[in-house]
Formats: sequence, C-alpha cells, structure tokens
Amino acid sequence: MKDEVTRDDRIAGLKGMGTSRKRVEDARFTQGKGNYVDDIKLDGMLFGDFVRSPYAHARVTNIDTSAAMEVPGVLAVLTAADLEPLGLHWMPTLAGDKQMVLADGKVLFQGQEVAFVIAEDRYAAADGIEAVVVDYEELPVITDPFESLKSDVVLREDLDPTADGAHGPRKHPNHIFTWEAGEKEATEQVIDAAEVVAEEMIYYHRTHPCPLETCGCVASMDKVNGKLTLWGTFQAPHAIRTVVSLISGIEEHNIRVISPDIGGGFGNKVGAYAGYVCSVVASIVTGKPVKWIEDRMDNLMTTAFARDYWMKGKIAATKEGKITGLWCHTTADHGGFDACADPTKFPAGFMNICTGSYDIPTAYLAVDGVYTNKAPGGVAYRCSFRVTEAAYFIERMIEVLAIELNMDAAELRRINFIKADQFPYQSALGWEYDSGDYHTAWDKALNAVGYDNLRREQAQMVEDFKSGKSRKLLGIGLCHFTEIVGAGPVKNCDILGLGMFDSCEIRIHPTGSAIARLGTISQGQGHATTFAQILASEIGLPADSITIEEGDTDTAPYGLGTYGSRSTPVAGAATAMAGRKIRAKAQMIAAYLLEVHDDDVEFDVDRFVVKGAPERFKTMKEIAFAAYNQAIPGIEPGLEAVSYYDPPNMTYPFGAYICVMEIDVDTGEHSIRQFYALDDCGTRINPMIIEGQVHGGLTEALAIAMGQEIAYDDMGNVKTGTLMDFFLPTAWETPHYTTDHTTTPSPHHPIGAKGVGESPNVGGVPAFSNAVHDAFRAFGLRQAHMPHDHWRVWKIANQLGLHG
Amino acid sequence: MIPAAFDYYRPKDLPGVVALLQEHGDDARVMAGGHSLIPMMKLRMADVPHLIDMQDVDGMNGIYVGDTGVRIGAMTTQAELIDSAELADAAPILREAALQIADPQVRYMGTVGGNVANGDPGNDMPGLMQCFDATFTLFGPDGERTVPAREFYEAAYMTAREDDEVLTAVSFPTPAGGYAYEKQKRKIGDYATAAAAVQIVKDGGSCASASIAMTNLSDTPVFSEAAGAALVGTSVDGDAIRAAVAAMLNDIDPVDDNRGPVAFKNHVAGVILTRAIERAWSRA
Ligand SMILES: Cc1cc2nc3c(=O)[nH]c(=O)nc-3n(C[C@H](O)[C@H](O)[C@H](O)COP(=O)(O)OP(=O)(O)OC[C@H]3O[C@@H](n4cnc5c(N)ncnc54)[C@H](O)[C@@H]3O)c2cc1C
Repeated sequence: MKDEVTRDDRIAGLKGMGTSRKRVEDARFTQGKGNYVDDIKLDGMLFGDFVRSPYAHARVTNIDTSAAMEVPGVLAVLTAADLEPLGLHWMPTLAGDKQMVLADGKVLFQGQEVAFVIAEDRYAAADGIEAVVVDYEELPVITDPFESLKSDVVLREDLDPTADGAHGPRKHPNHIFTWEAGEKEATEQVIDAAEVVAEEMIYYHRTHPCPLETCGCVASMDKVNGKLTLWGTFQAPHAIRTVVSLISGIEEHNIRVISPDIGGGFGNKVGAYAGYVCSVVASIVTGKPVKWIEDRMDNLMTTAFARDYWMKGKIAATKEGKITGLWCHTTADHGGFDACADPTKFPAGFMNICTGSYDIPTAYLAVDGVYTNKAPGGVAYRCSFRVTEAAYFIERMIEVLAIELNMDAAELRRINFIKADQFPYQSALGWEYDSGDYHTAWDKALNAVGYDNLRREQAQMVEDFKSGKSRKLLGIGLCHFTEIVGAGPVKNCDILGLGMFDSCEIRIHPTGSAIARLGTISQGQGHATTFAQILASEIGLPADSITIEEGDTDTAPYGLGTYGSRSTPVAGAATAMAGRKIRAKAQMIAAYLLEVHDDDVEFDVDRFVVKGAPERFKTMKEIAFAAYNQAIPGIEPGLEAVSYYDPPNMTYPFGAYICVMEIDVDTGEHSIRQFYALDDCGTRINPMIIEGQVHGGLTEALAIAMGQEIAYDDMGNVKTGTLMDFFLPTAWETPHYTTDHTTTPSPHHPIGAKGVGESPNVGGVPAFSNAVHDAFRAFGLRQAHMPHDHWRVWKIANQLGLHG
Repeated sequence: MIPAAFDYYRPKDLPGVVALLQEHGDDARVMAGGHSLIPMMKLRMADVPHLIDMQDVDGMNGIYVGDTGVRIGAMTTQAELIDSAELADAAPILREAALQIADPQVRYMGTVGGNVANGDPGNDMPGLMQCFDATFTLFGPDGERTVPAREFYEAAYMTAREDDEVLTAVSFPTPAGGYAYEKQKRKIGDYATAAAAVQIVKDGGSCASASIAMTNLSDTPVFSEAAGAALVGTSVDGDAIRAAVAAMLNDIDPVDDNRGPVAFKNHVAGVILTRAIERAWSRA
C-alpha cells in the first residue's frame, strides 16, 4: 500500500523558506565549471591593458607610443588625447564627481591609468606597456587628509576652487563636501553639561574588498546591427547599462550588459572603471571584441578601496552610565577622485547609523570628504554604505566610555540599549529602526560564552602577568551592532538618479516549473538557491523546479543590483510580491476549475482547497497547466507576474558578537579561543546559507581588524600591493565560529526578512578589535588603531611598559 | 603580471646546463622549482631571456643519510624533505623548518637548491644550513668545488656562486643534540618576521656545544657564533640565554618594512631565539 503523503511531507517537498537547502550553484563551482568573465573567449578577441603611473602625483608632459606600436601584436595605444574628441577622457563617478579615464595632463594616484594598449593577446599587451614612454614631472604628494585641507597644493586643478561640489559648498580646493546630520548646538550643550564625557579619535584604516576574481570585462560592438554587448564583473548590470548609454550616447536598447558568474564582489565591483570605458571604445575602434582583466596588483592598487575614516568622537553620559549625547566629526579620505558608491543624498553613506543599538536622545554628525593622492573609491566593503565605520565608531566609543566610567562594558551596553517596546524607534540622526529585541540577544550571548567566568579568568591572567608567571593576556571583545540595509526607498535613495527599487519577474511553465528573473546579481551569496525557496513557499511549486536567473539586462527586469545587503530586503520582497500575484491569479483559476466562488478556495502549501472540503483541491501544478491550456472565461491565458518593489523603509538586522582572544605580549601574536556570533536577520530563509555568510563575513572582519590594509608611504607608493603583504586569511588563520540566532521579523517586509550577508563584517570588526583593546584595558589602554598586526600589538604593549 | 618573452631550455645533464650558462652569460638563469624565480619574472623584476629548466637534469635528486653525514640533491623538494623518514630521524630540525615554509603547494615545487642558491634573506634554509655548518657543492666549467654555507652569502641575492655554476647538493654532518626551528610570521605562506635555528649538545647538566643562526634579520642569513659560544659551558639558564640573545642582537641588522620597525624586529628576534634555545635544550 502506498504511504499517505502528509501535509508535512508536502511542505518538506517544496524546500521552501526555513530549509537548509543545498546550494544549487555549488555543483558547478565545486567542479571548476563556473563561467567567469575571463572564461569568455570570442573569435578574434583582442586584449587591452593599462600603462599605469608609477607616481602618486605628477604632470604628464609627454606620451610616446611609437615604440609600443612596433611591438609585434600591438594594434593601437589609446591616450586621453584619443578619447577627448569622443568626450570620454573623463567619466562621471557614482558620487557626482568626475574621474579621468586616461591621464589628462596629470596623475593623482599611483597606478592611475595613463594609456590603454590594445593587442592580439595579453602577452603582447604587456610588452606594449613596457614600450610606452611617458614623461612625468613629479608634484608634491599628499597622503594625509588633514594636511590636504591645509595645503597650498591643489590636487584637482580641473575644478573651480570656489564652485560648489556635488554635495554643496567646498571649504578648500582639496575639500569635497561637508555632510551633517542631527542637532549640532543641542548636542554640544548636552556634552558641555554632561557629568561624564569620553573623547577619542578613532581611525578606521583604508583597506580593500579584494574579491578572489579581480575586475574585468569583454566589450563586443557588432557594427552590423549596432549592438554593444558588455560582459563584466558588475554588481549592478542595469545601472552599468544606463551609465554606458548616458556617456557613450548608444541607445539603451542597443546595449546588453551581462554579469556572468562573479567571484566575489564585496563592493569592489559596484562602480565604473576606466577599463570598461576603454574596452568599449577599443571594440568600437577595432570592430573586434576586446577583453580587459585586472591582475591582482591592479585590483589592490587602483580599484575601489574601503573605509579610511578618521572619526573624532565625544560621548556624554550620567555618572550611572546613561548616555545623553553623541558627537562625531569624520574626516573622510576619498583619494584623487570622489568615486564613493553611495546613494546620492548620502555622500557619507549611512554613517548616521552611528548611534548604533543605543537609545541616545541627542546626537550630531558631520563628515568632511577630502581629496588626497590615493586611489579613488570608498565602497561599502561587505557592508551597507559606511555602516561598518559607524558600527566600529560607536562600539569603540562605548568601550572608551566604559573605561571613563570604570564600568563593565557589557553592562554599559545593556543599560543603554533601545528597548523592545520602543520599536519602531526614531533615532536622533534620522532613522526609523523597524524592529529589534536587543536585550534578549545580549543576554543570550553573554550566557552562551559564560561571560562572568571569562571576566574572572581574565583578572587571574592579569594577576599572573603582573607576578611574572605568564606573558599572555586575555581580551574579551564585545559588540552589539545594528545594521541598516536594503537601500532603499526611492523617495530618498538613488544612485546617479536611478531609484533603488528592485524587481522580480516570474514565468510559470505549463507543467508546473518556473523561471524567475531578478534585477540583482549573485556574487557567491547563493541567490539561485534562496530566491527559489522564497517562491516555493509563496507559490507552492518545489524550489527544485524553479530556475533563478540574474545578470542579463536583455532578459532580467530592471534593478539596482547586489550590494549593501539589499538583495533579500528589496529583490527578495519583489520576489514574494510577484509570487503573490501569481497566487492571486491561480486562486481564480482554481475556483473556476473547482466550480466555486474565488473566495471559497484557500491556499494550502502547494494547492488551493475548497474551504471546509479539503478533499476538493487543485494543485499548483494542475493550475499551471490549466492556465495555459484551458479556456477560462474572463481570464487571460498564461501565468506570469512581475513586481517592482520600492521598500517603505530600510531593514535593521542586529547581532551580538563576542570574541575571546589571547595575546602574546612579547611577539604581538594573537590566538582566538572562541568566537560567538548571534545574528538576528528577521525571517531566516536558508539557515545553512546564513551560516555560510556569517562565516565568510567574520573571516573578512578578522582580516580587516588583524592585518589587512592598503598602506602608503610618504611618496604615495602603495606598500601592500600584493597578497604577500595584503592579508587575505586562509583556513589556517581562521578560528572556529559558533553561530546562533534570535528571530525578530521586519514588520514592513513581505516575508519579514532583513538581510544578513554583511552583518558579520559590520559586527565582527569591532568584536575582534575590542578584544585586543580589552586585553590591555587593565594596563591603561584606551585606543589603538587597527589593523592589529603583530608589530602594532607589540607597540601597544611596549608603550604601556609591558616589556620590562 | 606577464613576464617578458624568454627562450626555454630543458637540458638532460649538468654539462648541458653549464654550456647554456656559458653561452648566454648574464642573460641565462637556471630554474629549479620556479617559485622564487617565476614571480620575479612576472613582476618583471628579473629579466631572463634564457630560462634553463633543470627538472630533467640527472643526478641532482635524492636524500642520502650516511653514518656521519647527510647529502641532499639540489632538486629535492621541500615536500620530499618533509616526507623522508630517514631524514626526520637524522636531522629532525630540517622537517620542523620545512613545515614552516610557505604552504604545501609551494613546497611541492620549491627545492632545497633553489632555496639556498636564491640568496633571498627571507629563505629559511640558508640559516639552517649555516647552523649545520653545511657545505654546498657547485658544478661549473672547471668541474666541482665546495663552499661552506657560512661563507656563501655576501648580500641580498649575492652569493659565492659564479654565474656559470650550478649548485648540485648540500651536505652536512649529522646534527647532534637538541634542536628547534622557531619562526614568527604574519600568516601562512609568509616569510619570517624573525626565525632562529638552534642545535644544542648537552653534556651532563651543561651545554657542550651550540650552533645558532637567524633568518630575515639582515641582508644575509646570520650565523651567530658568539650567541652559541655564550651558551657553551653554562646550564643554559636565564643568564646564559640573555647573554646569547645579546650576542645575537649584535650580529643582526634588521630593516624597517611591512613586518614592522627595527625595534620590534630586534625584540622579536630575542624572544624567538629564547624560545628556540629553551625548546632545543629541553630536547637535548
Ligand atoms: C607564496 C610563497 C611563500 C613562500 N614562503 C617561503 C618561506 O616562508 N620560506 C622560504 O624559505 N621560502 C619561501 N618561499 C620560496 C620557496 O621556498 C621557493 O620555492 C624557494 O625559495 C626557491 O626554490 P625554487 O626551487 O622554487 O627555486 P627557483 O625559483 O627555481 O630559483 C630561485 C633562484 O635560485 C636559482 N637556482 C635555483 N636552483 C639553483 C641551483 N641548483 N643552482 C644554482 N642556482 C639555482 C635560480 O636561478 C633563481 O635565481 C615562498 C614562495 C612562495 C611563492
């Protein structure tokens, strides 16, 4: 006898939301069968590469390409002079500034693109680069933003020094913008009147997203039909299509942008790079496809960096530790061009989330953007626009305040958390937090690690150190972060005027399988897995029968792409909404087939049933078939839907992280004994993917906190241009992570999901860094800048006199 | 990261290699595992119009452990060193050190000969060879000659090897006593911030002999005779170790780089040497 199929079996068969469904992408990735940009090979394809400036600041007085043109295989060398007639020697940046595509008279950072060599293969291109002779006249180099604002050296001679920038008045030729949030006077009054004030300068150093796959593209102009196809490592293919159209004049329907498999993005692949423009021009000029692929040094030295924020803070509190006000002034080093990737109205991103998880009644933030002789960028490296900086700032300020108050930092957090019944919560800097339950998460975390015992053990280790029994110290790194993700509501979020909605289009096939296309693009997040799960739960077809496709602008609906943890909050919502449209039509079809009124059927897992008569039903599979093959009065054939979702608000994931770290006072080495990460990302779509995202984000956080940086010397030379010096952790350096969760759904999101990919980076960096600081708290340390590599940790100990 | 064009040769024997070196002089280089040379070529920091791959050259492989000494063919890989049970028995420090070089992928290709001939102060084997008082065998147009490891290194990438010579083997007396190879590095696959090779012979309660060499703390490996001497005759107590460290610090000359400033490196060199001595003594 056949076993009865239960309702639970039917639910399980869908592999819908809440299931740890295995990633469908991994079959090809684990077999090395992914299809990345550099895997694309077209007939007659040429290869382009850049002559780059060895200097950080110099005039380019002459470029002699004649010897390069003699190199076998070299076909052409483009310079700014060649691009100028097309108006393409400069390009707009995402931040409302403009940037040289090829050096137009001067260079502003080491590695800047000077000429583009087009050759039959990449070997000939490399030889061609060697043969281009460029005459430089060195100029004074500025690598410090504070010095830049005082200097007579004007970096951007192309700008009218007195004219406003894209974000208002400029105070100095090297100044880009001032951006403010909150109440200046009120905050200063609170601070002046406060019982206790802690003040500190917190530097979040410059680093780089360093995706395993570097940036690149293949441009192919078909002169017969006038169509341009551009494959590239784009996190936002539709935005790239629009930008290419705007700057090239090619109509948008004649441009097809394709993001194939992408080997990690982390913000690095959001912006537009000179390589894209030059490849397109080269393809138009030669009539052949042109490929451009960065090498690792190009990627680290010239493409979008992250952070580089100098954050001066003051935090005021009562003697009992109740925070009364927060003040922050940030000096933001944006490099030679302002190519930050932020929504237009937010030139410092969402830095105004810097009140964090705390109920701070009064606050003020000002950010000054500054030009220096460093690479442009300023992207959200695995975070939503500048949220890592904000989280690091407040989580350090809390620790400094705890020192000032001589209080336990866990307790200080607890007494200042926004309470569960205060949500939706209006922050002093202008956000409406959607939901949260911080106290529950915090207590769960402290219990899980045995917080009180750890403090006792730490005190014992301090004793042992002082008495000469041991040379190790223990740090307990605390962090409670609140993220702001899912940009965002079109009323206040756009990039280059493009509203930040997102989209999903679904087609159900007659036999009950489906394809859904989205405006986002996975770079490793597993969209093909999770979005199918959302749909499975919404429309009652198995996730395994649903194909998810992204990244081809000819087929996918318009969307703003994937970064800032926006895919689930925005495109995930669009997916659910489109699914609901499918379901609404399916309901009408089911009612017709069952010969009842529409309102007399209800959805149940994978079917519509007649209310009160569960034996009378039509499965979604049957409904799909009928939708195409049965004439139903008053209903069009087919079963398709599209949704463009404009979110009403951001979502606010949060988490409680604790890092327990031992430090060798003599060598500066560390070892992480325990790392506990509790994440609340609202409704959990695929717990296994969440765990994977948390592991990945924490490992990048470890890298940033403990060693990763883009460092410059005084001449503006990049000191960390290879993976020998730029720290990319392997399994060897990566500790074991314990993950945990609470679930506080977002009230405004159709499925209550908030996004999680970036939380671990936002919360991880303060947890690692606070552990280092905490280890030395007993000896008087207040603030030591990251990265906490061996010599810098050693320096902390040395300056505290711990080396005897 | 594309090298300039080069001609590629794959001779079968040593005279064939030497003939090519003589023919092309400065323009030719031998390649062993290629894991130091190829990166330099890709960065176009090494210009090698004629590249002589030694993978097919006869007689440069093999590990021979005799009654009194060890001889290792230049083309022996680090992985082979790690896998040799005989060697682990005769000179266990070699395995301890090799395991701290780079990562398995590099160690499958990188050779002992390449590591010691390269002349990069970051390589770990040169210091170890000085600690052993090893001898390098060189083969050139005039046949074979030997050079002591302690006299081989002149400056960064400058060695006693002539341009037309090939390093064919390293030989050393079977090391005696306790040993330790201690290395601090920033991450896996990194060269040393500071490393120390220590062999100590114990007689009764006191130190009969000690050999100490340091890595990546000068432009050459540093054999610190004085540091070893400071331990001889002592019970290797705190004072003796401090004396050895002081002597070692006199011999090294680190520079400021991404691994840290000079003061840090001196400090770490002392800590690393202290730990190496303590561990070697505990095994003596
Ligand atoms: C990521 C990475 C990390 C590394 N980390 C370390 C480390 O921590 N410690 C360490 O010691 N090494 C390290 N190395 C270097 C590695 O061990 C090299 O492989 C080794 O130093 C050189 O050996 P090779 O056989 O690859 O030599 P090659 O690269 O082939 O040659 C190096 C040089 O020596 C010359 N040469 C080679 N063999 C001979 C010979 N028989 N006679 C004369 N000249 C010769 C070549 O002409 C060349 O100039 C690292 C390498 C990499 C890529």
